[in-house]
Amino acid sequence: MTDASMDNVPVKGSLTTVDARTKKRNAAEKRFKAYGLVAIMIGLFFLVVLAVSILRSGLPAFTQAEVRVEFTLTQAQFDEAESQMLKTKAYENFFIAALQSQLEERGLDVSFDPAAIERLLGKTGSTIREYFRENPDQIGTPVTFNLAASSRVDGYFKGRVSRDTVVDSRFLEVTDLDLVDALADAGIIITAFNWNFITGSDSGVDNPGGAGIGVSVIGSFFMMLVVLALSLPIGVAASIYLEEFAPQNWFTDLIEVNISNLAAVPSIVFGILGLAVFIQFMHLPQSAPLVGGLVLTLMTLPTIIISTRASLKSVPPSIREAALGVGASKMQTVFHHVLPLAAPGILTGTIIGLAQALGETAPLLLIGMVGFIARAYPEGVVSGFIDPNSAMPAQIYTWAARADAGFYEKAWGGIIILLIFLLTMNIIAIILRRRFERRW
Amino acid sequence: MYDIPHHTQETAVTDVKIKAKDVQVYYGNNHAIKDVSVEIENNTVTAFIGPSGCGKSTFLRCLNRMNDTIDICRVEGDILIDGDDIYDKRVDPVQLRAKVGMVFQKPNPFPKSIYDNIAYGPRIHGMARNKAELDDIVERALRRGAIWDEVKDRLQAPGTGLSGGQQQRLCIARAVATEPEVLLMDEPCSALDPIATAQVEELIDELRQNYAVVIVTHSMQQAARVSQKTAFFHLGNLVEYDDTSKIFTNPEDSRTESYITGRIG
Repeated sequence: MTDASMDNVPVKGSLTTVDARTKKRNAAEKRFKAYGLVAIMIGLFFLVVLAVSILRSGLPAFTQAEVRVEFTLTQAQFDEAESQMLKTKAYENFFIAALQSQLEERGLDVSFDPAAIERLLGKTGSTIREYFRENPDQIGTPVTFNLAASSRVDGYFKGRVSRDTVVDSRFLEVTDLDLVDALADAGIIITAFNWNFITGSDSGVDNPGGAGIGVSVIGSFFMMLVVLALSLPIGVAASIYLEEFAPQNWFTDLIEVNISNLAAVPSIVFGILGLAVFIQFMHLPQSAPLVGGLVLTLMTLPTIIISTRASLKSVPPSIREAALGVGASKMQTVFHHVLPLAAPGILTGTIIGLAQALGETAPLLLIGMVGFIARAYPEGVVSGFIDPNSAMPAQIYTWAARADAGFYEKAWGGIIILLIFLLTMNIIAIILRRRFERRW
Repeated sequence: MYDIPHHTQETAVTDVKIKAKDVQVYYGNNHAIKDVSVEIENNTVTAFIGPSGCGKSTFLRCLNRMNDTIDICRVEGDILIDGDDIYDKRVDPVQLRAKVGMVFQKPNPFPKSIYDNIAYGPRIHGMARNKAELDDIVERALRRGAIWDEVKDRLQAPGTGLSGGQQQRLCIARAVATEPEVLLMDEPCSALDPIATAQVEELIDELRQNYAVVIVTHSMQQAARVSQKTAFFHLGNLVEYDDTSKIFTNPEDSRTESYITGRIG
């Protein structure tokens, strides 16, 4: 540079000193970074709060206070109980009598009467009756039963119920807690891992100890199968057609707008649509995972279509040109080149759609998949689809709406199982996506 | 096919491969190509030159109906290849594109192995009955693309892992693998360094033995080096079409002269 041109250029300071403008710019950048950091921190904080509260409230659902008693039922007792009107009550009375005599034998230094023992037990009669009806050869031989204690006693071990908070009622009296302590010392009442919560079915409103989520997990599983089998092929086919083949005109624009709107329709609307179309018009079975799956498919389709179209759009046009240029037909171009490259994106959209469907409650309630339906495991694959069942979120909702505090912790425990189910789905999706991912 | 070596000046022993007559192209309301008539000869490199936006690439893409993929694009007039109107209703663009190969401006190998890049075209056209035949086709195409020696030991490596120049030669090999009769090249060297450009130009001259090559280029030196015929496009019109030597030494139209001397464009 010549001296002459130097005269026109404003003199710049030394590079080692920072001028005011640069300082301002750097400060703005620092501030922005700080905002971002704060936002992430707030997000993380709430995530931790959520996780901690779920775990704190939900983990107790996985343990259960149980009464472990060796009990012998004679054939005469069996016949007598079966001949009565209130059969389970009769079994319960036999059990209480047996327990009482055992306590007397042990000579526990505590006052007890049959009514107090009854208050400590959960719904024992039906469990015992079912056992002996299924295993009649066990009648007359001693069998060790682990029977759920009542909700209050369970709460006493978990800190939900204390001597200060308990109010004498037909459910529990303060003096009963002395008996509980004595039984716990004697090893008759123990706290054990509650397998029944994971594998069992829903119980009556007065028996939180017997409630399990297993059957509704199966219901959710069959529902997700229906959603996956229908929404993925239909959604991908629709997106490919709209994105690659359909002419650009007012009709396809209309379809596009409608798909976007469909994604924003409240889920309960889909529920009432399912009730009207699938159950009342097509006469498909009520409360069936098949119908639930169909309704959730309607909900999932827009999500899958939108994300699939976005990932098809993001495939570089040069790949399409290359394929067309060597004489591939449009369909060959799409299926050999575009679709494989779009697969990771399609998979992401599908898993988001499925996750949404998995957590959906409102439409299921409308088609009858409420929690208390989930009483028995389906007998086979077909009955898994068409037998009345519930799904995890509907089961959780049902529990949360029940009066007994024992169900409250079951609802939280159900959330943990739901999240584990979701996490498993996501892990599978991530593994699949890793496989498909290719760079260009 | 003629195997007579051509000199750059010579255009005597040739036949017409592509005949375009009064071609009009519209993008919506935009009249992009106006009244272009041109006869492209076999075993000849024909260069399309002209400033950006003059329609040379658009016209090139008409020759294998790549413009079909653009909804708003409309082509009128006749384009005949070996006497067949390629815009006839009975013509399937897929068959046409097998006969008229294309190489694009940016190297665009498939995100697959080198082998699969080449084998894709022959596979979908059913050119090989077994693996051995396909291997032969791949090797021949890679040799014709002047890239065999560089990739023969890593045919299963991804095609996208090659350098830019190698990728472009891979794309040329891919285009010749389907045994086309015409090869269209849309600025094939614009993304390449001078050494890779020289390799590709040498390749183009060799390909002329078997194909009619049409190349769009922004580099007038390149047009002068590789082509025997040159067409100068300006604002959608074909201004001048003649032997390359004539265009560059003694153009008839003043616009051609202005462009090649760098005054417009």
